[in-house]
Amino acid sequence: MVGPPGGRAGEGEEQRVAEVRAEMVANVWKVVTAEGAEVSDGATLVILESMKMEIPVLAEEPGTVTKLAVAEGDIVQEGDLIAIIE
Amino acid sequence: MLDSPGPETAVIESVLVANRGEIARRVIATARRMGIRAVAVYSEADAGLPFVREADEAVLIGPPPPARSYLDAGAILRAARETGARAVHPGYGFLSENGLFAQAVIDAGLAWVGPPPAAIEQMGDKISARNLMAEAGVPVAAGTAEPVRDAAEAEAAAAFIGYPVMVKAAAGGGGIGMSAAAGPEQLAAAFETARSRAERFFGNPAILLERYVAPARHVEVQILGLPGRVLALGERDCSVQRRHQKVAEETPSPGVGPGLRARMMEAAVRAGEAVGYLGAGTVEFLVDARTGDFTFLEMNTRLQVEHPVTEMVTGIDLVEQQLRIAAGRDISFDPDDVLAQGHAIELRVYAEDPNRFLPSPGTITGWAEPSGEGIRVDAGYEAGNQVTPFYDPLLAKLCVWGADRDEALRRARDAVASFRITGLKTNLPFHMDLLDSEEFSDGGYDTLVVTRLRP
Repeated sequence: MVGPPGGRAGEGEEQRVAEVRAEMVANVWKVVTAEGAEVSDGATLVILESMKMEIPVLAEEPGTVTKLAVAEGDIVQEGDLIAIIE
Repeated sequence: MLDSPGPETAVIESVLVANRGEIARRVIATARRMGIRAVAVYSEADAGLPFVREADEAVLIGPPPPARSYLDAGAILRAARETGARAVHPGYGFLSENGLFAQAVIDAGLAWVGPPPAAIEQMGDKISARNLMAEAGVPVAAGTAEPVRDAAEAEAAAAFIGYPVMVKAAAGGGGIGMSAAAGPEQLAAAFETARSRAERFFGNPAILLERYVAPARHVEVQILGLPGRVLALGERDCSVQRRHQKVAEETPSPGVGPGLRARMMEAAVRAGEAVGYLGAGTVEFLVDARTGDFTFLEMNTRLQVEHPVTEMVTGIDLVEQQLRIAAGRDISFDPDDVLAQGHAIELRVYAEDPNRFLPSPGTITGWAEPSGEGIRVDAGYEAGNQVTPFYDPLLAKLCVWGADRDEALRRARDAVASFRITGLKTNLPFHMDLLDSEEFSDGGYDTLVVTRLRP
């Protein structure tokens, strides 16, 4: 479950901000994570679908999903932002 | 119905092609050659593709996602009604192996260019197909005769079958929902992968286990069911695969000798007879590369992507036979006088990067096909077209015929070298590496050849 987004002051001074972007034109087939979720390194964030192939988009480092820029059914272009992990 | 189909009207005067891309174009070409009016249906994403223009009539059936267009049975049947089409050809994929759709077409008073819906249903479930084939005397691999419900049942079954095992979705197809386990430690994961995909992609969690054969060749037999008789029209070797999906095919198979060929043809005919098969179909087998034993894999109850190689060596237009059979007419050739001549190879040209095989949608800025003796290109696109992420990555099938395998290989290399597609990535460089590889060119390859070429 995702808690309310408030009350984050003071958190994350040392955290890096990682932007996760789409590698190719694709449909957003499934959103696995949610804003506010804690994810581990290698966790699946969303699953893209392009040309009948599933392409999982993974977190490249652990952190909190502070922004989720896509919803199921969206079409992303190469380079589009999918999520921000801090 | 306005007019009852008597002997005169048994000839189909129009056909709706419920598909897209190269296969829609290919079916439309034969229909028009036969004097049959061809109706295309298309999604918003495909309005600019050649098959839409080349049909006698084309109907927009919906937005790009397949569920809202090419899988929308209601929209397709509406288009048939509005255009007065008398038959439906499903191509491959999409609704081609959907028994309910086939029945709906028949119920609408139209000719279904495919086998009886019951045959589609019987072969659509891998467990029932396996059991049916075993009963009919077609060799099947050691495996489970009933759905495996959980990892514990899978482990018990695998211990009995013997490792390695392949875990498969009963409703699966196209290589999706398959997972191999080399030993007990990999089984639970393989089972979970297969089951989640089975639910997700096919809406049916049923799982079966089969003995995994390696090294193996994937060899299939083209059948043609006529009233009261099933013909076998030779084999195709489909061992060149990535992600369990075919990339190149050839006939005859360099790994199949006369004795094995005769046994496979006979088994394929029995498989077709067991379900009262009518029209074009394909029986897929796995051949143990070491022992030469073969076992039933699955039956595709439709026209196969790689059907052109069979057409090139036999001179038979399989789509024409499909349309004739659906109209209740005789086939165009003498079934007792089929002669396969020479050697044919098909290379699937995909919109994907040639190393990792990841999808590469985009706009085609340039397109120049090879041509010449023994060359056939079945293309779904041309310069200026957009290749969208909504459908499979097949751009074209480059098919090559030669008097023998060496000539076919030489022509294939020249054809690949002169095929120019710009604007997006294609796997043409992979095909050149494949043709140049010792493993493929000497013919001794198996289903892991792509993994060895692209470790």
